[in-house]
Amino acid sequence: MNIPSSITTMLAGILLTLISIWVGQNHGLMPVQASEAAPLIDGLFNTMMTIGTGLFLLVMGVILVAVFKFRRQPGDETDGSPVHGNIPLEILWTSIPAVIVLGLAIYSFEVYTQIGGLNPMEHSVAHGQPTHQMAHMSGAAIAAPLPSSEAEGRQTLVADAASDGIQAEGAIPGGVIQKEDGSETSITPGVGSMPGAKDPSKEFVIQANGLQYAWIFTYPDSGVVAGELHVPVGREVLLNISASDVIHAFWVPEFRLKQDAVPGQPTELRFTPNRIGEYPVICAELCGPYHGAMRTKVIAESPADFAAWVEEQKVASADGLEQALAVNPAAKAPDEFLAPYVDRLGIQPEMLHQLHSEAEKASHHVSAS
Amino acid sequence: MTQAQLQETANLPAHGSEPSGNHWRTYFSFSTDHKVIGIQYLVTTFIFYLIGGALATAVRTELATPEVDFVSREVYNSLFTVHATVMIFLWIVPATTGGFGNYLVPLLIGARDMAFPRLNALAFWMIPPAGILLLSSFFVGAPGAGWTSYPPLSLVTDQAGEAIWILSVLLLGTSSILAAINFIVTIFKMRIAGMGFNQMPLFCWAMLATSTLALLATPVLAGALILLAFDLLVGTAFFNPAGGGNPIVYQHMFWFYSHPAVYIMILPVFGMISEILPVHARKPIFGYKAIAYSSLAICFLGLIVWAHHMFTSGTPPWLRMFFMITTMVIAVPTGIKVFSWLATIWGGKIRLNSAMLFALGFLSMFVIGGISGVMVAAVPFDIHVHDTYFIVAHIHYVLFGGSVFGLYAGFYHWFPKMTGRMLNETWGQVHFWLNLVGFNLAFLPMHKLGLEGMNRRIAEYEPRFAFLNLICSIGAYILAVSTIPFIVNVIWSWMYGPKAGDNPWKGLTLEWMTSSPPPVENFDADPVLATGPYDYGFGDRATPVNVMFSDSRDPALAAGPNSALRADPDPAVAVSPDDRV
Amino acid sequence: MTGSTLDSTKTVLNHHHAEVVPHHTEHHDYRLFGITIFLIAEAMIFLGLFTAYLTFRAVAPSWPPEGTPKLELLLPGINTIILISSSFVIHNADTAIKKNDVKGLQKWFAITAAMGAIFLVGQLYEYFHLEFGLKTNLFASTFYVLTGFHGLHVAFGLVLMLAVLWRSFKQGHYSSEKHFGVEAAEIYWHFVDVVWIFLFLLLYIL
Repeated sequence: MNIPSSITTMLAGILLTLISIWVGQNHGLMPVQASEAAPLIDGLFNTMMTIGTGLFLLVMGVILVAVFKFRRQPGDETDGSPVHGNIPLEILWTSIPAVIVLGLAIYSFEVYTQIGGLNPMEHSVAHGQPTHQMAHMSGAAIAAPLPSSEAEGRQTLVADAASDGIQAEGAIPGGVIQKEDGSETSITPGVGSMPGAKDPSKEFVIQANGLQYAWIFTYPDSGVVAGELHVPVGREVLLNISASDVIHAFWVPEFRLKQDAVPGQPTELRFTPNRIGEYPVICAELCGPYHGAMRTKVIAESPADFAAWVEEQKVASADGLEQALAVNPAAKAPDEFLAPYVDRLGIQPEMLHQLHSEAEKASHHVSAS
Repeated sequence: MTQAQLQETANLPAHGSEPSGNHWRTYFSFSTDHKVIGIQYLVTTFIFYLIGGALATAVRTELATPEVDFVSREVYNSLFTVHATVMIFLWIVPATTGGFGNYLVPLLIGARDMAFPRLNALAFWMIPPAGILLLSSFFVGAPGAGWTSYPPLSLVTDQAGEAIWILSVLLLGTSSILAAINFIVTIFKMRIAGMGFNQMPLFCWAMLATSTLALLATPVLAGALILLAFDLLVGTAFFNPAGGGNPIVYQHMFWFYSHPAVYIMILPVFGMISEILPVHARKPIFGYKAIAYSSLAICFLGLIVWAHHMFTSGTPPWLRMFFMITTMVIAVPTGIKVFSWLATIWGGKIRLNSAMLFALGFLSMFVIGGISGVMVAAVPFDIHVHDTYFIVAHIHYVLFGGSVFGLYAGFYHWFPKMTGRMLNETWGQVHFWLNLVGFNLAFLPMHKLGLEGMNRRIAEYEPRFAFLNLICSIGAYILAVSTIPFIVNVIWSWMYGPKAGDNPWKGLTLEWMTSSPPPVENFDADPVLATGPYDYGFGDRATPVNVMFSDSRDPALAAGPNSALRADPDPAVAVSPDDRV
Repeated sequence: MTGSTLDSTKTVLNHHHAEVVPHHTEHHDYRLFGITIFLIAEAMIFLGLFTAYLTFRAVAPSWPPEGTPKLELLLPGINTIILISSSFVIHNADTAIKKNDVKGLQKWFAITAAMGAIFLVGQLYEYFHLEFGLKTNLFASTFYVLTGFHGLHVAFGLVLMLAVLWRSFKQGHYSSEKHFGVEAAEIYWHFVDVVWIFLFLLLYIL
């Protein structure tokens, strides 16, 4: 069978392309996607896997074919062809990689912009009216109304339940810090923000402080402090990252996002979790012998679950905890909200009333001493 | 007559006539002979390679299981810190530049020795004490902040070891700078009369680019380490935020050197491959000028990409984009080389001896490393994989798959010239296959480990990564074992191997035009270039090869003898009868 | 020679006989070229330190940090003038030896060495009278490290000059034909001078 070599080469090329495309889409190398940025980054990676597979197969193919086809025959002491170069061919294999690389650079730039890398200050006032985000969350009805949530334009997201609202009074809008001489400088920017102009008053800020060897997450709005990061799905989080001792880094593989925590220089990371689940939070910068053990979890949950968690945390850290019997999310009177438990505990309502006042007196006594 | 015969005949008067070869004691002395120094470098650095490899084996032993069960966490951190430092500063950099660079450059350009032989010896003799100093840090608590030694961590852990590390690296950096000065002057000033820049072998171009990088970048590392030393020993706060300092400034200064360092580690190997492939494929190097100038391009670009190691450090977005672009651009000159090498072997008469196997292995493995390199140049992707095992995979594919395979190719190719004896081929093949298998087992799974969530520099990891890590550790053990056939082969062959003769490979470059090993001043008289360094294939024409896009009627498109890339033949002595008037 | 990378105008092929003439090549003196290349490396270390200084300055809230006493300019200014003039002085030595005037070489080198020594003494005087120490703040640390590193180079330059001076007393050691040591010391001294100009501008003026 004497098939012309140009045809076999073409078939090989087609096969190589098909294999590369398949590998690019089916490599199965990445973990599950749990943030809005993840699919964009995975798309970029898949493209690069396709190109890389193709290139590798091409190079390996040429080497293997050459080794078989052009192996010196025993007894042949002659030289090969005196071919020193071929300018058109060299131009071709310079320009094609240049075009590929340019394409990848543009694609990467696109993805980077889309995940907010260039505009961490998306939420600046210049971007216009605050948007009213509709709550897609279920279970919004559980929450008791906010004491002061009737303000105009304020969202009534579940996360605000029992908190003073999400206006970022404590958070620093635009990531700006004041210098001593009154001028401002910006916090080193991070990535993860999905454009779609967020209003500073709606920013969901969490402080993440890394130290040897744990993360401490503080929710400024509600005052909750925790070792695990709880976030509601579907809402952009602004993580203000800091470090207390050495350099750490905050990384969640399923989010595809990472940011170093540098002592003395706050950094920020924005992400929008969009898949309920528990994912590891891994320290990704050598911080000492226990660097490998410095890990915790990010729990992306429904807004209702998140609200419940916040409540629990607030109660758990409140004074007089030792007297607590149950969580009171709706500020009802003690005998009202404890009523459901009364039967189970076999307690009479009058006893509750008495306990409650005893507890109050005791806590006052404690705080006075 | 063949090209090789033409070159050899022309150089008979220059051929060394004094007895060659050295007493073993010479190699332990302060010799100023570049060949002795070259061999001193090669043997010393290979010993450090074995030490670095032992440290790596210890690391992989710990990582064979998810728990911390082999060494303590502190010791583990020291193991990988010293492993990397040894491999970079005591193996690859000195072996490629000081070892092969010193041995080959004077011979390739027809010189008697380097420009500054005593400086050469001084540069070498800084290596063993600096290496011993570094290893001695294990007695006081070896440094454990990684070979990158980022403050503030490097200021607070293992301070005695850290101080030793700084001093050792300063010494090794100084040695590297002194060697670079020597190469630049030698290559600029000491080529024989007929050898312009465009006639010199490609290894010399590579050494020129490498030395430029070493000259310009290493001093900046010295500055960084001096400031770090002040912070560590005196209590200043250049990089310590507690005192108003900035740890990111250290990162910039460190990587300004350490990125060019990787090009310092690979460019000489690129040069060696350009020498080895034509000889064993009996074909000219394809695209001489492209390969030569791409070395310069890599040298220049290599100086403006450093912050791609800092994409998550908190650098501004515009900075990340700039460095992303420059980093991606470097793929182009590197790609030019790879394709030129492929075109060199295509249509040749390939001999699959050990040197060629390692050269081809280099080509395959380095391409994988290069591909993962372009991937991590993309900022959004790097944000995910920075400081994970994906990076560990990338660096080992370029450093081991690239530099070490290339160094082995160089050993097999030039051992006959250096010692006058041939290495055993069979054991060379065993060495190659063990290396290839062990290397890929050890490092290929690391790509997946990193992508799935395994960060680097950890002694303990999630149990779900246990299986892949075990595979990597097995691969590492195979690599450890693979050094044995090589070491035995070298020792045995050096003493009892068959004599090599002047030119066992029928090469055309000038080192093959004198005895094996060459006499003290290499040549009895200035050698001449009767034929170019890559002019294979003239007297005895081989099978015509169909080169794409070529058209033999048009000089610009002819890939063969009428190509515009050639100078006109001298009718009086032209080898090909067609060119004789 | 078809296909070759050879430049046939430069090869032996043009001579119609491939003949190697045995002779011992003269040893050219590449040492001055070598020193120049070395000074490029030295320049890079200072460049790295300067860049670090400029970066610290750029990101600091205020520079020099609050409370740093202002640097006086008189003494360092005089020192600068001395150092810059000394470069002209040392050049006279080079001119002298090129005319085979060893005595002239010695005179000018001695004067330069003295000027260098005065510079160093002035620097030490300044150190002892400064109101901030090495660890006071970031500006202080960079100030001392930069000027100290430079001062070490001045001292080394001084040693070079003294060594050349010493050697010059040996009959016929330096002549109009061979005076590498003189040129090496001179080029090194010019380098040290240029570095100081940048340092002075960065630390004292800007």
